[in-house]
Amino acid sequence: MDMPTPNPVILAKKSRLVERLLTVLPTDAVIHLEAETRAYECDALTAYRCPPMVAVLPSTTQDVSDILRICHEMGVPVVPRGSGTSLAGGALPTADCVILGVARMNAVLETDYENRFVRVQSGRTNLSVTGAVQENDFFYAPDPSSQLACAIAGNIAMNSGGAHCLKYGVTTNNLMGVTMVLIDGTVVEIGGAYLDAPGLDLLGVICGSEGQLGVVTEATLRILRKPEGARPVLMGFDSNEVAGECVSDIIKAGVLPVAIEFMDRPCIRATEAFAKAGYPDCEALLIVEVEGSDAEIDEQLEKIVAIARRHNPVELRESKSADESARIWLGRKSAFGAMGQINDYMCLDGTIPVSQLPYVLRRIGEMSKEYGLDVGNVFHAGDGNMHPLILFDANKPGDLELCEAFGADILRLCVEVGGCLTGEHGVGIEKRDLMVNQFAPEDLDIQMAVKDVFDPQWLLNPAKVFPLAASEARRAA
Amino acid sequence: MITPRSEAELAEVIAATREPLRVIGGGTRSVVPMGNASVLTASGLSGITLHEPGSLTLVAQAGTPVEQIEAALAAEGQRLPFEPMDHRGLLGTQGTPTIGGVVAANVSGPRRIQVGAARDFLLGVRFVDGAGRILKNGGRVMKNVTGYDLVKLMAGSRGRLGVLSEVSFKVLPMPEVTVTLVLQGLDDAAAVRAMAQGLASPFEVTGAAHWPGKGTFLRIEGFAGSVAYRAGQLRAMLGGEIEESAQRWTEIRDVAPFHAAEGDIWRLSVKPSDAPGLVARAGAEAVLYDWGGGLVWLRMAPGTDLRARIAPFQGHATLVRADAETLARLPLEQPEPAPLAALSSGLRDKFDPRGIFATETDPVRAVAS
Repeated sequence: MDMPTPNPVILAKKSRLVERLLTVLPTDAVIHLEAETRAYECDALTAYRCPPMVAVLPSTTQDVSDILRICHEMGVPVVPRGSGTSLAGGALPTADCVILGVARMNAVLETDYENRFVRVQSGRTNLSVTGAVQENDFFYAPDPSSQLACAIAGNIAMNSGGAHCLKYGVTTNNLMGVTMVLIDGTVVEIGGAYLDAPGLDLLGVICGSEGQLGVVTEATLRILRKPEGARPVLMGFDSNEVAGECVSDIIKAGVLPVAIEFMDRPCIRATEAFAKAGYPDCEALLIVEVEGSDAEIDEQLEKIVAIARRHNPVELRESKSADESARIWLGRKSAFGAMGQINDYMCLDGTIPVSQLPYVLRRIGEMSKEYGLDVGNVFHAGDGNMHPLILFDANKPGDLELCEAFGADILRLCVEVGGCLTGEHGVGIEKRDLMVNQFAPEDLDIQMAVKDVFDPQWLLNPAKVFPLAASEARRAA
Repeated sequence: MITPRSEAELAEVIAATREPLRVIGGGTRSVVPMGNASVLTASGLSGITLHEPGSLTLVAQAGTPVEQIEAALAAEGQRLPFEPMDHRGLLGTQGTPTIGGVVAANVSGPRRIQVGAARDFLLGVRFVDGAGRILKNGGRVMKNVTGYDLVKLMAGSRGRLGVLSEVSFKVLPMPEVTVTLVLQGLDDAAAVRAMAQGLASPFEVTGAAHWPGKGTFLRIEGFAGSVAYRAGQLRAMLGGEIEESAQRWTEIRDVAPFHAAEGDIWRLSVKPSDAPGLVARAGAEAVLYDWGGGLVWLRMAPGTDLRARIAPFQGHATLVRADAETLARLPLEQPEPAPLAALSSGLRDKFDPRGIFATETDPVRAVAS
């Protein structure tokens, strides 16, 4: 993955920049020694690393405004960073950039149960937003797997999803407002504790803009009352086609499960060897979870089980207790770890129409043979968001490149069948050069024109999202 | 009236035009009369392109009548979850509401409070910008973070940025049963508190409205057993009577109590607990609370500037119906703070560099060349 060559003119400004940053920030908030900037050299896409020129750790919106004003005046690129858990390289620095990390900004500013929202600083972690309201039986719905660590700032930048978004939606559906700092230091309030702002939906385009339009410092988030309970049913099938049909039939029947998770045979086997959850040895496994009171759960599970039986499952296990639920989820929750035990892996994130599931899984199997790399599939089947895990050996020369080529083929396949490159991880640098497969040049141009409006000099996270060749003229301007 | 019959023709017309165009679907949601602007309607682009019930997906050309879409979905036991209102009764307009109009105005009904707005169910758009370019964003899948979300930007843009040619939606199953818990005798503040209690319960209230003089209404939908249970729990919590009819919600959605009445109509979006106090300051002739109090419809004496009357307040007020003099004097939409107005105007310049799209909120935008 290429990154632009660091600009020597900017590198030469380092000492002056540090000096100016220290006029607005305390010493411990400006990290500029080479040994220390290394802590920010990568995010969760660890194959790519590059220490930034400087990292800054603001505590307030005013700090962020001061930092951006200085960087804007000096023409220094800024890469915003939440907790650094991006799988797409969204927070990967360049050698001539300032990393702006919001981790110190983690306060809860307001909780309002009557109107059902919280306002937090954007460095707060996803899970700790729920943590702040759970004693009153409320929760924040989007639940990316990294929720223990990932920050709301990153969730907003990537429009993160999670396992439960079939019912509750993704970040953009749960975000009511933001305080954001524009590249010149201007602080703006967009949306708030009320619905559907007037004029153009700026909040909608900011969410998912990968830190390229501004730095979000505070967020107003919708919170929901916890359901009375939740229980899953596990079902095994002897073909992916049948499992796919079963998903479709459940959805058509009017049941809206909170999650429908799918695992294929390679993933089931790896998981069994690792976590011993007692999963059946079959082609495809579904975990379907529903919510409500005990009686409501029984009512929904009864309908789901009746549908599953029509598809001759090789296994059907309905949870009747918290203990049984935990056993059913155990394998699914250890799937990534199990695959990681076997080898290094790359996790993809393409989304496809649910109806294309069997075809896409078959093609991935064929390609796996052609590339000679194993792949396991574990994903959110209800919304077609796939997570193929390609196994490779990072220490074997050429294996990473082979894996990336295989991954690119899978993503092209997702686009071909009517889907997209990324359902919840974001483009970052990882899928940047594949954008031309999903978008015509003019479709990319109008997106870049949006960035032109917010950040005319392309200083915010400039080398991400768009193919470098497509954004070159703008970045150079 | 210009009526392109295909997306390609739409692009040609826009590329060739030298004068401002007022873009409509069926024209049923227009607040300001058409005047002398040339009118372009997307109603010639009609038809459902794809409906996959098992994927909860529907794709349609922008001019497709809402009625046709609702019928196709109903045949598969599905619906548009955000419950778009029909503006004809309130605005006294004629014509056929189109799905593109729903998207362009981000029209959502009572269920918005629980499931989200039109913009939350919109998966993808195709549109023609002011330069005559055919553009696309999003797609037909439910989770998609590939590139910027211009889908949201187009929803509610009211023709400022482009002409929609095709839209795709996530749809949801229709419930087996719908019931309403009706509370009587509550004043506005007590009603908003009761609705907040209902919405903060685990019982999945899908509508919460207060119609002064008629009652306070909380809607429960789903499978029969579940609905009976949840309605029972809510009633134990709040009292009231259970009503089986769903007709009430069409009246609330379409603001039926104001249809025949004289006066200006305003739509106020605020934090629900602020609503009763603001209503008291507004001195309205009549009000209808939806979204648990987060949306208030107000009928005001002609010519009243509601925003000035209740300022300062958090939220926004939209003028929905008024006489020509008032429409000329007061902006339809809540004016944005300067930095946001600059961003919005910058976006319009990019999407419509020649100033072709004359919207009802901004009919005099000059054509540059």
